[in-house]
Amino acid sequence: MIEKTAISIPTEGAMGKTGTWRVFKPILNKEKCVRCWRCWVFCPDLAISRGDYPVIDYEYCKGCGICANECPTNAIKMEREEK
Amino acid sequence: MIVVDTGNHIAALAAKMAKPHVIAAYPITPQTTVVERLAQYVESGELNSEFIRVESEHSAMTACIGAAAVGARTFTATSSHGLLLMHEMLHWAALARLPIVMVNVNRAIGPGWNIWSDLNDSMAQRDTGWIQFYASSNQEIFDNVIQAYKIGEDERIRLPVMICYDGFILSHTSMPVEVPKQEEIDDFLNEYKSTWQLDINNPITHGNIVPPEPYLEIRYSMEKAMKEAKKVIEEVGEEFGRKFGREYRLVEEYRCDDADYVIVTMSALAAEAKIAVDRLRDKGNRIGLIKLRTYRPFPHEYLKYDKMIVIDRAFSPGLGGIIYSEMEMDGKEVYGFIAGLGGVDINYKDIEKMYEYAKKGKDGWYGIEVK
Amino acid sequence: MAIKDLPTEEYILKGHAGCPGCPVTIALRIALKALGRKTILVIPASCSAVIQSLHPKTSFNVPTLNIAFEASAAAASGIASALKMLGKEDIIPVVWAGDGGSYDIGLQALSGALERGTNFIYVCYNNQMYSNTGIQRSGATPYGAWTTTTWSGKKEMEKNLAEIVMAHHIPYIATATIAYPEDLYKKMKKAREMKGPRYIEILCPCPPGWRFDMSKTVEMSRLAVQTGAWILYEIINGKIEFTADSKRLLEGKERKPLEEWLKMQGRFRHLKEEDIQKIKESIDKKWEFFKQMNLRQKL
Repeated sequence: MIEKTAISIPTEGAMGKTGTWRVFKPILNKEKCVRCWRCWVFCPDLAISRGDYPVIDYEYCKGCGICANECPTNAIKMEREEK
Repeated sequence: MIVVDTGNHIAALAAKMAKPHVIAAYPITPQTTVVERLAQYVESGELNSEFIRVESEHSAMTACIGAAAVGARTFTATSSHGLLLMHEMLHWAALARLPIVMVNVNRAIGPGWNIWSDLNDSMAQRDTGWIQFYASSNQEIFDNVIQAYKIGEDERIRLPVMICYDGFILSHTSMPVEVPKQEEIDDFLNEYKSTWQLDINNPITHGNIVPPEPYLEIRYSMEKAMKEAKKVIEEVGEEFGRKFGREYRLVEEYRCDDADYVIVTMSALAAEAKIAVDRLRDKGNRIGLIKLRTYRPFPHEYLKYDKMIVIDRAFSPGLGGIIYSEMEMDGKEVYGFIAGLGGVDINYKDIEKMYEYAKKGKDGWYGIEVK
Repeated sequence: MAIKDLPTEEYILKGHAGCPGCPVTIALRIALKALGRKTILVIPASCSAVIQSLHPKTSFNVPTLNIAFEASAAAASGIASALKMLGKEDIIPVVWAGDGGSYDIGLQALSGALERGTNFIYVCYNNQMYSNTGIQRSGATPYGAWTTTTWSGKKEMEKNLAEIVMAHHIPYIATATIAYPEDLYKKMKKAREMKGPRYIEILCPCPPGWRFDMSKTVEMSRLAVQTGAWILYEIINGKIEFTADSKRLLEGKERKPLEEWLKMQGRFRHLKEEDIQKIKESIDKKWEFFKQMNLRQKL
């Protein structure tokens, strides 16, 4: 293709490591987790994946706290990032 | 085969022979019979295309963009206010580098409503990145539509192409047109191949946010293509000439060789100008004609005569006749006439008068400032 | 169906440009799980044009065409026709437009495409304002809501696009919202398996636009349904069915007080008691309309 037009290629981290946007960090307490996967399905940033237990990808988690808010057993707590 | 038919029907016939996958169009006077004829072709099965009966011209152009973005050859037609409504999407088609082909039947812009010829509708689209052809006869309408696909789809170009012709003067006037066989057209036009397309196996995104620097490059690439188009248009015009006996270039030079004065104009006015040149020559005047076939890209290199008379059927308020304003005038004597707006009849006799005025050093709005 | 049964395939990539707590990304993630890879997205000017991230990269992993604000349904028409001609009818064009691009500037193109029977899915993700340009009122902004063009609260009631769409008598119409992912998934899946024009509207509570904490996005969505402010239903060939919590409300479960939902949103902070009454009346009217529709078809 010779012409230039606004074509973009699917890329993970297109906006960089969005984990740097985070102010509060979700911390999972596996003992309380009932694996309902609400944190997974509601994560806008695809930062929670499904292993045996939820796996949080801190490289991309923006720290919105939806996971903690939606967790039925309070297994996720939001803690201030230490920077 | 000779077909005698109106400019609009000839445009529809040419579009049909180019076999677009998708046609999306909205009716507007005086383009309407293009749409009607194409709908007939599709419904009768003569043309295997999807015809989208859109709810506006804006959607007509957008539907063509959508279709072209998944790899389809497309066609649409419009006029005047319809073209103005499309304006936003004309830019979109060109920046997306989709070789959509469209005919625009030139018509004045309101208010008040005026359905007659005036080139301001399409000339106002000059900065959208569309290649623009202007036809002076129904034969040229046919030939330009066919060539438009080949030029726009050329990998060096990938720009949309607009073929313009005067409302009623050409759109509703029957003329004999030499129409090649379908196989010959098929042979001339390559199968449409897109250079980019929306494909589930290669899921690109087209048109998300582009930062300033790459945007600059995208615009520059368009300018390069437009410049390259000058070469490609002449290549394709020459090939067309070899195959069909009618050769085309960016301009048609008529009796210019020893001319003291050269008229510069386009569209139906150029047909009248040709008659005026012959008659003036008969009376011993050394005069010629440059008929602009393309307005974009603008063929500066052909407009190099010492004394030129430019006749515009469009103007830019506060500046003047549009072709006139775009001329390189250094060291040249250039006279500009604005004539025939809103369908005011201009024939060869009027053009002969303009020549007489120019010789006396006068120019301006014909019929108002000079009469 | 439970959340764990939703497919794990993702068609959005990590590290996109969406705001933290963005409901649109949640909705699109779930929608694409149902739509699958044979999808072409058409996106007008909207937040989703930004969420994609910057050229030459994109965070969307299905082919995506960005198009002018008012034009997305027309672009989908062109795509649908081209796919038919090119023998690729297994691929579906899906418009993903905001309420600005659907209720307002894009309404004409939407109506045209629906009336023509275009083979596509139109999704309006409704966050009840122009979010992308910075929170201006739209035709979907509710009465009383603060926006940057209605500083003292919107003076008019919102219109209801789904009702306008109903007048086109298309095969499938549904409403959804992010707090009910299985409901949203099932509706998208159902739509995907049908032909002709399909319309789905998804309520998307926007933290910066509605003025609430970003962790409450899903909660706001759930409360909208439980207070009756947002009704979940689907209309298949003219027949309405209520779904999820809206079905339970229809069957007699009591609605939560509307104030619970309104008071969590900064955009309603200035409302007086009479304003709240006015909103309640309009919600009652909406319920009455759909109940009547439900009753009529049962007769």
